[in-house]
Amino acid sequence: MAKRVGMEVGIAAAEAVGMCNIDMAAVYPITPQSHIAEHLSEIVADGRIDAEFVLVESEHSSISCISGASGTGARVYTATSSQGLLYMHEILPIVSAMRLPVVMANANRAISGPINIWNDHSDIMPQRDAGWIVFFADNGQEVVDMTIQSFKIAEHKDVMLPVCLNMDGFQLTHTVELIEFPDQKKVDKFLPPRKPFATLHPDNPVSMGTLGMPEIYAEARKAQDMALINSKQYILQIWDEWEKMFGRRYNPVETYRADDAEILMLTMGSMGETAEIAVDQLREKGMSVGLVKLRLWRPFPFEELKAAVKNAKLLIVTDRAVSFGGSGGPVYIEVKAGLYHEKVRPLIYNYIIGLGGRDVPVPSFVEIFEEAAQAAEKGVVKDYEYYGVRG
Amino acid sequence: MIEIRWHGRGGQGAVTSIEMLALAAIEEGKYAQGFPSFGPERRGAPVAAFNRIDDNRIRARSAIYTPDVVVVLDASLVGLVNVLEGLKPDGTLVVNTVKSPDEIKKELNFKGTVATVDASHIARKELGVPITNTTMLGAVAKAIKVINLKSLEGPLKERFGRLAQRNINALKRAYKELKISEAA
Amino acid sequence: MKKKKWPETWRTINPGCMVLDAGNARTYLTGSWKAERPEWDDSKCIKCGICYIFCPEGCVTENEDGLFRADLDYCKGCGICAHECWPGAINMVEEG
Repeated sequence: MAKRVGMEVGIAAAEAVGMCNIDMAAVYPITPQSHIAEHLSEIVADGRIDAEFVLVESEHSSISCISGASGTGARVYTATSSQGLLYMHEILPIVSAMRLPVVMANANRAISGPINIWNDHSDIMPQRDAGWIVFFADNGQEVVDMTIQSFKIAEHKDVMLPVCLNMDGFQLTHTVELIEFPDQKKVDKFLPPRKPFATLHPDNPVSMGTLGMPEIYAEARKAQDMALINSKQYILQIWDEWEKMFGRRYNPVETYRADDAEILMLTMGSMGETAEIAVDQLREKGMSVGLVKLRLWRPFPFEELKAAVKNAKLLIVTDRAVSFGGSGGPVYIEVKAGLYHEKVRPLIYNYIIGLGGRDVPVPSFVEIFEEAAQAAEKGVVKDYEYYGVRG
Repeated sequence: MIEIRWHGRGGQGAVTSIEMLALAAIEEGKYAQGFPSFGPERRGAPVAAFNRIDDNRIRARSAIYTPDVVVVLDASLVGLVNVLEGLKPDGTLVVNTVKSPDEIKKELNFKGTVATVDASHIARKELGVPITNTTMLGAVAKAIKVINLKSLEGPLKERFGRLAQRNINALKRAYKELKISEAA
Repeated sequence: MKKKKWPETWRTINPGCMVLDAGNARTYLTGSWKAERPEWDDSKCIKCGICYIFCPEGCVTENEDGLFRADLDYCKGCGICAHECWPGAINMVEEG
């Protein structure tokens, strides 16, 4: 039976992992992910699941530990945030290159400096090129659903790639809200035991993580890139399956009142839900606005994005991270590049918002829409700007 | 949608209050959100926590700036923190204090609805400690009528186990003893 | 020396560049690299096994008499065995 409960989203994430029959987890605590680490260790200690919870001394160790375990065929999990994710940085590309289906939750938190424990996307952006499948959940329900989906996607025989599920730190992880937990039997049917491509076992030894000479490295990298690009079709298939079994639809790009909108805003993460309210308010005032919400960050859903924005005159991309000295926020750069070759494409603006936990309430979204609309009327062409930064 | 801000002190269970209230609303088939003022706080420091309750799906994830209700778990916070900040002029203020609603109205020059109860006293009597987070849930249920008192019992039983009954008693007493002075 | 075979395209590489044919390093005969080879004077050998332990290639093995020899197909002639042998039973001899 599906269970409709109120639960803190971080706790719910751990509960979702508990439904997935994992073999091993190694989670090093860091605010605001710590509730996930604590609760998962409790679930294991209580014997509710038969898994190994390894205590490691750092995030570099937690990702290394579970990746090694993944090589033996285990279903594994970890979670981290901010500096912890950065500490994993040198291992992340290796996990993808080795095609290990590791699942990781990232509780989005600003990176230092200055030290800031609150929510933005600056932690995941530097990992953009690591070769992982990267999702963003917008609310507690999506955190639970997508945690379960992540294992299936990662382990799919034609995918075999690690998955990072982003959930806004504090904004999501520390908020209690309504979540419907799917029925365990249905989850078991959706997510059968892992069937690894190869395992590290003395009876049938293989080597993983070997040296690659110049004669082979480029081919290996292209193979990895193609694997990530091709994974999208399987992600879509699995989302179809999820809808059939559980009734909830997931798309790489979600839209809200966007079909006939002249002005679109693009968001990623839980702020999108707040932005919807601004769209409603402005629609009441007669403005033709809509929202595009990016759920799949890597592999980037170029086709779906093009389809979503093809009728818009102005696209306002919001970013919650900075690419210092570059042409804009990471999402803006990707979107702009993706649309470059289109014969018909909207004017694109970029607003950097919500850094370091800076709150972005409905009036702010309204202001951004209105200001951008006015600038577009005047034919202003501009790259990125910071919203709401004093001075 | 109703938006609520709670004022408490770190370590005194304000986060539990918002959680219990959210769970009670969800039990009744409503949508609810509960979240603390995010960040590290040490024991005793003034903290805020928030609830949103609605019959429809809640999409707002920003901070709450203009609450409909403000709940004060500790009377000493009234002078220390501007508990009225952002509170809608026709909103409701629920305070744990020995003072009467009219006294609070005059003290803070507030024209909305004020409800008071000596929750510290009730908590000391029923729970043996002056922790008022669960007691004040009874006050809130009576003052704003957004959830039924009964809906709190399930979440409390699950959270507090064998201590649940004493918390429920405290809650019920606050419900009964709450004094309300309506808006002018 | 057997010639190493590279997969021709990015499509035919094993996922993750996994090597599924375990132990295939044995087809790479590194013995061709050496300029010198070790020779044991069995009369001086005390059968301590230090040469076996120190060989970085792992190509020194003990025979049924308890004496030691390097597998010259893999021995790279680094000379560490000769350096570590305390009784001086090993001599590095130039490859002709």
